Amino acid sequence: MTNVPPLVSARGITVTYQRKSLQWVGPKRQPLQALRGVDLDIMNGEVLALVGESGSGKSTLARVLVRAIEASAGTVAFQGTDITHLDGEALRGIRRHFQVVFQDPFGSLNPRLSIGAAIAEPLIVHKIATGEALRKRVAECLAMVGLEPSLASLRPHEFSGGQRQRICIARAIACKPQLIVADEALSALDPSLRDRMIDLFQDLKDRFALTYLFISHDLGVVQRISDRVAVMYLGRVVEIGSTKEIYRHPRHPYTQALMAAVPVPDPVAERRRRYASLPGEPPSPANPPPGCPFHPRCARAIDRCRTAAPLLTEAAATHQVACHLPD
Amino acid sequence: MSAPLIDIQGLSISLRTRDGLKRVVSDVSFTVAPGEALGIVGESGSGKTLSMLSLLQLLPPGAVAHAHRALYDGRDLLGQSRLQMSGIRGREIAFVFQDSLTALNPVITIGRQITEVLRLHFSLSAADAQQRTAELLAKVGIPDPSLRMRQYPHEFSGGMRQRVCIAMALAGEPRILIADEPTTALDVTVQAEIVNLIQQLQRDSGLTVIWVTHDLALLARIADRVIVMYGGRVMEDAAARDLFEAPRHPYAAALLSSVRHDAAPRVPATLAAAQAVSAPAAAGCPFTPRCPEAHDRCRSSAPPLLNVADGTRVACWARDRAPPGSVAS
Repeated sequence: MTNVPPLVSARGITVTYQRKSLQWVGPKRQPLQALRGVDLDIMNGEVLALVGESGSGKSTLARVLVRAIEASAGTVAFQGTDITHLDGEALRGIRRHFQVVFQDPFGSLNPRLSIGAAIAEPLIVHKIATGEALRKRVAECLAMVGLEPSLASLRPHEFSGGQRQRICIARAIACKPQLIVADEALSALDPSLRDRMIDLFQDLKDRFALTYLFISHDLGVVQRISDRVAVMYLGRVVEIGSTKEIYRHPRHPYTQALMAAVPVPDPVAERRRRYASLPGEPPSPANPPPGCPFHPRCARAIDRCRTAAPLLTEAAATHQVACHLPD
Repeated sequence: MSAPLIDIQGLSISLRTRDGLKRVVSDVSFTVAPGEALGIVGESGSGKTLSMLSLLQLLPPGAVAHAHRALYDGRDLLGQSRLQMSGIRGREIAFVFQDSLTALNPVITIGRQITEVLRLHFSLSAADAQQRTAELLAKVGIPDPSLRMRQYPHEFSGGMRQRVCIAMALAGEPRILIADEPTTALDVTVQAEIVNLIQQLQRDSGLTVIWVTHDLALLARIADRVIVMYGGRVMEDAAARDLFEAPRHPYAAALLSSVRHDAAPRVPATLAAAQAVSAPAAAGCPFTPRCPEAHDRCRSSAPPLLNVADGTRVACWARDRAPPGSVAS
C-alpha cells in the first residue's frame, strides 16, 4: 500500500434515530441504530460497492460520507481533512467534490425544469460557470452521457427512464466531482439498458479518473463493476475485500447466503442446486439481537456469537471479515 | 401431452388514446399445460402484464382485448360475463402482484382480508373461515398465524406481506396462479424463500404457475417453459432448457448474454434516437431498431411465430428462412 490517504475515510460512524412515541402519551420507543460503528475507506480511483439487504444501512452510510446527514458519532475525512463538522461555505466548497445519482430518475429531476437547467444548477450554485461557458458545459455534459445537446430545452417527462438516468449522471459529473455515489442507480432499469449504463459509468470513470461508491443489491452488477465490495448487515460492515476475493471465497456466513440466493441463468445447474435458505427474517434495526447481528439466522452460531459482536479482522491480504468462525 | 389448461391464440390489446387506438399487445399466442410452470419474460412495456390481466378481464379502463381464441379449460375467458368471471377469478385463476403493500388493504387486518375471499368462494361459517385462514397462513410459512391474522399489513415485512398475498391467492384453491413479478421488490434471500414456497405449492398440490418477470436468470430455476416478449409480441417460446442452451431469437440471445454478464454480444445501442418511448412502427418487427440481424423485410412486416423445432416457436424472419435475396444453403 502507498501512503496516499484514502479519498474518503470514515471512522466509527454511528447513526441513531430517536423515535417518537406511537401515541400522544405512550411508552418511549427504543432509539433506532441505523449504523453501528462503521469504519470505511474509499481509495482514490476505485469502485467500492456496498451490498446488503434493505435496512442494512447502505444508503445511510453513503449519506453520512457525503455529509447529507449527520452521524451521531464518528468522523469523516476527505483527502485527509476532517470534514465531520464543516458547515456553511466550507461545507459547500467540499460538497462539489461529491455527487449522488439516485435510483429513481423520475423523483430526482424537477419536472418543471428543462434538463439543461437541471444540469446547469450545480454549476451555478458552485459558481463554476456563467453565460456562454455555462451553456457550453451543459452541452458537453449531455454529450458525455450520450444525449444530443439540442435536447437541453426539453423537460424530464419527454425522456424514457434510461435517458432520465443519463441526465442525472450528466448533472452529477457537471461540476467535475471526485466521488460519485450511485445509490441503486441501475436498479430500476431493464437488463439491456443496465448494460449500457454500466458501460457509461466505466467510460466516465476512465475519462475523468472518478471514484465510485456503488450501492446495489444486484450482486451480478457489483461483480462486473467494482474493485472492492463491502457487505453490510444490520448497520455493520460484516465483510470487505477485493471483488475477486469476495466472490471466489466469501467467508462470512451472511455473504455466503447472499451469494447462494442469486439465481444462475442455467436451468440444469439450477435444478441441481439446493437453495440453502436463511431461516427467519432480517431483524429490525430497532431491535437488534445482542452479540453478532447475524447469529439468530446463522447455522454456525456458537455461544460466543450470542454475546460478543465480532470485529472486522484480516482474513487475507485484501479481505476482512467480522465473524468468530469465518470460513 | 394432455389438453392445455389455457389456450390463447392471437391475443391483441389496444389502448384508447387521444390519437385513437394504440396497439400495445399483438398476436400473442401460448398454451399452458396443467401442472406446468410457464415463465414470461420481457422488459417494462413488453406487454407481459397486460396480457395476463386481460385473461381475468382486469385490464385498466380504456384497454380493449381481442383474441381469436382465449380459452381456460374450454371456456372463453374474454366472453365471460362479469358474474361468470367472478367465479373464475380467484377461484380458478388467482393473481399475485408485485407490490404487496398496495395489493393489501391497509386498514383491514390480514385475517379479515383472507376470510373475505374464503366466504366469497365457499359457504363457510365465520369460525370455519377463521380456522381455514390460520391454516393458509401457516401453509405459506407465517409463524404464529392466529396472532398475525389480527395484525395489519404495515406490521409485516415485505417478504411476509408477499406470503400473505400468496395465502390470499390460495384461499380460493385455484388451479392456476399468475405471479406477476412477486419477488421484484424483495431482497435476494427473501426472493429465494418465496420461490421455494411457490415451488413447494406446485409440488404438493399440482398448481399451475405462470411466472411473469423481467429476470431471465430467475426463470432458469422455476420455469419449465419460457416465453420471451418484446414490444407486445412473443419473440420466442421454448422449453427452458432449450432457451438457455441455445436461444434462437436475436433478442432472446441478447437478453441471455446480458444476464450471463457475457462481455461481447449486447443489445446494440440506439442512443441517437431521442424518443425511445415512442412505439416502433406498427407494421414491422418491434425489435428491428436494436436487432443486429435486421433487414428490410423486418421493417415492413412482423414475422409470424412459427414452429422451428419440436416445442420451440420463434418470430424472426432471419430464423424462419433465409432472408429474401440470399441463396438458400
